[in-house]
Amino acid sequence: MEPAGHDEHEHHGPPIPHYSSRIKPETLGMYLFIASEIMLFGSFFTAYFFVRIVNGVPWPTPPFELPVFVATINTFILMTSSATMHWATVSIKRGNVWGMRAGLLLTFLMGLAFLISQLYEYLRAGFNTSDGAFPTIFFCLTGLHGCHVFVGLTILAFMTIRAWRGHFTSEHHHGVEIGGIYWHFVDVMWIVVFTTVYIL
Amino acid sequence: MRNPLRSEGEAYRLLWIVVGGAAVIIVAAFINTWLGVAVAVIAFGALGWWLMHEPVPGAAEPPPVVTSETPPGTHRVLVVAPPGTESVVVPDGAEVLVVVPALSSTSEALTGAVDDRRHDAESTAAALEARLDGARVEVGADDPALAVEDALRVFGADEVLVVGDDGMLEAIRERVALPVSRA
Repeated sequence: MEPAGHDEHEHHGPPIPHYSSRIKPETLGMYLFIASEIMLFGSFFTAYFFVRIVNGVPWPTPPFELPVFVATINTFILMTSSATMHWATVSIKRGNVWGMRAGLLLTFLMGLAFLISQLYEYLRAGFNTSDGAFPTIFFCLTGLHGCHVFVGLTILAFMTIRAWRGHFTSEHHHGVEIGGIYWHFVDVMWIVVFTTVYIL
Repeated sequence: MRNPLRSEGEAYRLLWIVVGGAAVIIVAAFINTWLGVAVAVIAFGALGWWLMHEPVPGAAEPPPVVTSETPPGTHRVLVVAPPGTESVVVPDGAEVLVVVPALSSTSEALTGAVDDRRHDAESTAAALEARLDGARVEVGADDPALAVEDALRVFGADEVLVVGDDGMLEAIRERVALPVSRA
């Protein structure tokens, strides 16, 4: 059978029904993962609002103080890391492999700096989870986010290694795109955590 | 609705929109707590409204119309038969390909839970193949128009016959530059 007048790639029969017409499975997987993450964060935020608004617990409970300055610096670090992540994606789309490598490496290093800074913040906080509802919610929310940064760093590490091994091109860079979506999502969640926990 | 995480670029844009929104909420909350709450409600509402009304990339562009060519001296017919079809009348002397789209709901397609629907389509395809002499019968995509497009890539046809409702007929007419009629 000769192909019809159509400029698509060559096929060996119709594609699998549930694959061709819809979203790519790996992208759908990332969406479902992020949806579950939103629900997870949502449950922690529910606890936060319950403790703070319904129970009227002072935030932060005296005599404790939140390390706002360190968290603000961390916020700038994460925002900058999103910019470098975006730079990496734009670079590979334009065929600039070294731009992508530099972007990914910088993003990884800034994510690592965020995590180290957060651990330092924990050590110097002056309170722990046995000191009441406020510290418990504080450590749970920021710790949950920190876990996500750790996962993001693991993804970034693999992306960076793959970038150095030449796995990505201007045509094939889905791995960078998906990792970038996750990293920006983690940063969006940090903005929400930072605003609610540290500022308001 | 536009998906704010559709791509890395869009996720990056969402991040800065959230940063801007958070800054406004913080300023309002410092002025008055309840003003901050009101601004937060408005900000979330505005974000939702924007996502609902932001045009989806590519949505306004009409889908490409598929053309088809057949070898000289042949008459080829592509038949679309939904699952459950018991019989199909095809023109005499024509080469026939019957496509049975594995119709599924949106939730089934999105979650990949289409095994039962595909099984239905395969049963119909097997039954039709036994009844139609010399015709090839295949299972197609879950979207009938897409199933036709897929089939036309490997089976150039002169016309398309549809065993289905008006909606299916119109959807296929919009996507192919061939005579499309009811079987």
